[in-house]
Amino acid sequence: MITDLLSTTVLIGILASGIRLATPYLYAAIGETFGQKSGVLNLGVEGQMLLGCFAAFYVAYTTGNLWLGLLAAMFVGALMGLAMAFVTVNLHAQQGISGIGFYLFGLGMSELLFQRLMGTVETVKGFPKIYIPGLSDIPGLGEIFFNQNILVYGAYLLVPLAWFVLNKTTLGLKIRAVGENPDAADSLGVNVARVRYFTIILGGTLSGIAGASLSIALLNVFQQNMTSGLGFIAVALVYFGGWKPVGVLGGALLFSMVNSLQLWIQVLGIPVPSDIAVMMPYVLTILVLVATVSRVRSPSALSKPFERES
Amino acid sequence: MKKIAWILTFVMALSLVLSACGAPATEAPVVEPVATDAVATEAPATEAAPVEPFRVAVVMPSAINDLAFSQSMYDALMRIQEEKGGPEAFEIVYSENMFVVDDAAAAIRDYASQGFNLVIAHGSQYGSSLQEIAPDFPETSFAWGTTAETFGQPNIFAYEAASQEGGYVNGVLAATLSQSGTIGVVGPIEVGDAKLYVDGFKAGVLATNPDAVVNVNYIGSFSDVALASEAATTHISAGADALTGTAQMVVGAIGKAEESGAMWFGTQSNQSSLAPTIVVSSQVYHWEVALREMLALIEAGTLGGQSFKANLANGGEVIEFNPDYDLSDDAKALADTTVQGIIDGTITITLP
Repeated sequence: MITDLLSTTVLIGILASGIRLATPYLYAAIGETFGQKSGVLNLGVEGQMLLGCFAAFYVAYTTGNLWLGLLAAMFVGALMGLAMAFVTVNLHAQQGISGIGFYLFGLGMSELLFQRLMGTVETVKGFPKIYIPGLSDIPGLGEIFFNQNILVYGAYLLVPLAWFVLNKTTLGLKIRAVGENPDAADSLGVNVARVRYFTIILGGTLSGIAGASLSIALLNVFQQNMTSGLGFIAVALVYFGGWKPVGVLGGALLFSMVNSLQLWIQVLGIPVPSDIAVMMPYVLTILVLVATVSRVRSPSALSKPFERES
Repeated sequence: MKKIAWILTFVMALSLVLSACGAPATEAPVVEPVATDAVATEAPATEAAPVEPFRVAVVMPSAINDLAFSQSMYDALMRIQEEKGGPEAFEIVYSENMFVVDDAAAAIRDYASQGFNLVIAHGSQYGSSLQEIAPDFPETSFAWGTTAETFGQPNIFAYEAASQEGGYVNGVLAATLSQSGTIGVVGPIEVGDAKLYVDGFKAGVLATNPDAVVNVNYIGSFSDVALASEAATTHISAGADALTGTAQMVVGAIGKAEESGAMWFGTQSNQSSLAPTIVVSSQVYHWEVALREMLALIEAGTLGGQSFKANLANGGEVIEFNPDYDLSDDAKALADTTVQGIIDGTITITLP
């Protein structure tokens, strides 16, 4: 039975599932990477995702336009980011706690809106899979990489884009400077507050897209608390990835692949108790973290409010 | 570095807890009056006063519209309300999304002290709380499920569903209709009602087609819609053309089944509305059968001490076919025969 795992169907299944499962993590975790690089820890990702999830679904459901749904999710996410930025940058609130607060707000608010506006679980027709002539026909690889919807492709394109912005642009330099040494950045004329506002709002927008990727691209339903802790895993993936977009990609893929592997293990009837199987992705991720965490260094000013010394 | 490691551990632990257990209830027990805003204090009934409504409060782990466990109870209560003559005669108040047992316990106690006639704790996880609360309110009747355990308390009713029965019928249908002979099951956690249903389903499939392959997948969560959806995709890749699943996160799986045209068999509530083209049948819990008996007993002065079982024989479980699904007469007749066989005992379901 173990050898069944090595058949082509199963391998393709695991990889294609993994690619899809990693999508929401990528949006949310890359967004969070920007925030943390500038020194802001946002634990409210899950709440932003849930509201994005609902906004995208509701707008797509009522207007029939998926792109409007996506825009709505981005807008709601950005709004949540704006509020988070105000609380952490202007009010110097403790970031961890206020993040949890935003999470609870998003959880409750998305439920409330769902109850009031929808009342019951409905479905929408989500973003279709995109057929790429040539690429989609490659046996195996085509099924894994080139038979996905647009938001899946977007998530993977985001990784090099984020790397480029963070490492090769002035903006990226400013973000990193603000996260490492806000006093020095400030004395060189960088507007610390503005940079942080930018990264937190960007993070919120991407979390909104992460939510939309679930409700109007991958699952095409909305249900209360449907993110189910995904946003917290995304935060963990930022640490896991050592605050590097490529690292985040690696972590998201590892976690998702092991998750789809455990689904197959159960389907193939390999005698592993289901409780053990569902633990696998978490256990493995923790093990990798333990092995690697001492090597990476967090942004020095992470989770420290910036106050200009006069 | 220590601090990072600490935060990491915290976040990982939190995400593990969240994803494994589902929704933390964020709201404090919210009382949503469905019917009237009746005043909580109980006025002594005088002959001149209008008849006081019978007041029921229910505490549920998920949402009343989850198309699954909680909705089955909510719908049943609404049907009872209609029978009894509307909100004036039968008042229903509920607290939903009470995933945190502590919050649920507080809500149960609140309702009891507000003088509700019957307080329903709709979730087996509420049992130990109820065991502590019930003796403090000897005048109040409590009901909880799914279980058969009344703790020997004179004011606790217990109710449960023989979900393996409907599971068996669904399984027989799935085995008959499946072309590929491979059938997939998406379950939450391998316990209780979910396990009964899945085991019954499996027994039904194998009794009909011993060569069929039933792949079972417990995803370890009642709320992870994304993983449920991916589990369904996995089943379909493994060759399944008929799927079933239980608990509220299956909405994700139903979506995937619909995309690939695989059949879906539902349980707990009627799930046809979600995917009218592929849902074949649903086992629906009609808790009103047990509720009616409880209400009659309460009116006669017995506040608890008995347990009820919803099954096909007593109408507490009903196999509902999706009218939009083109089910052949033969298949429908087979399902009806199976139901009849379970009712009169000619079919026995052997559970592992």
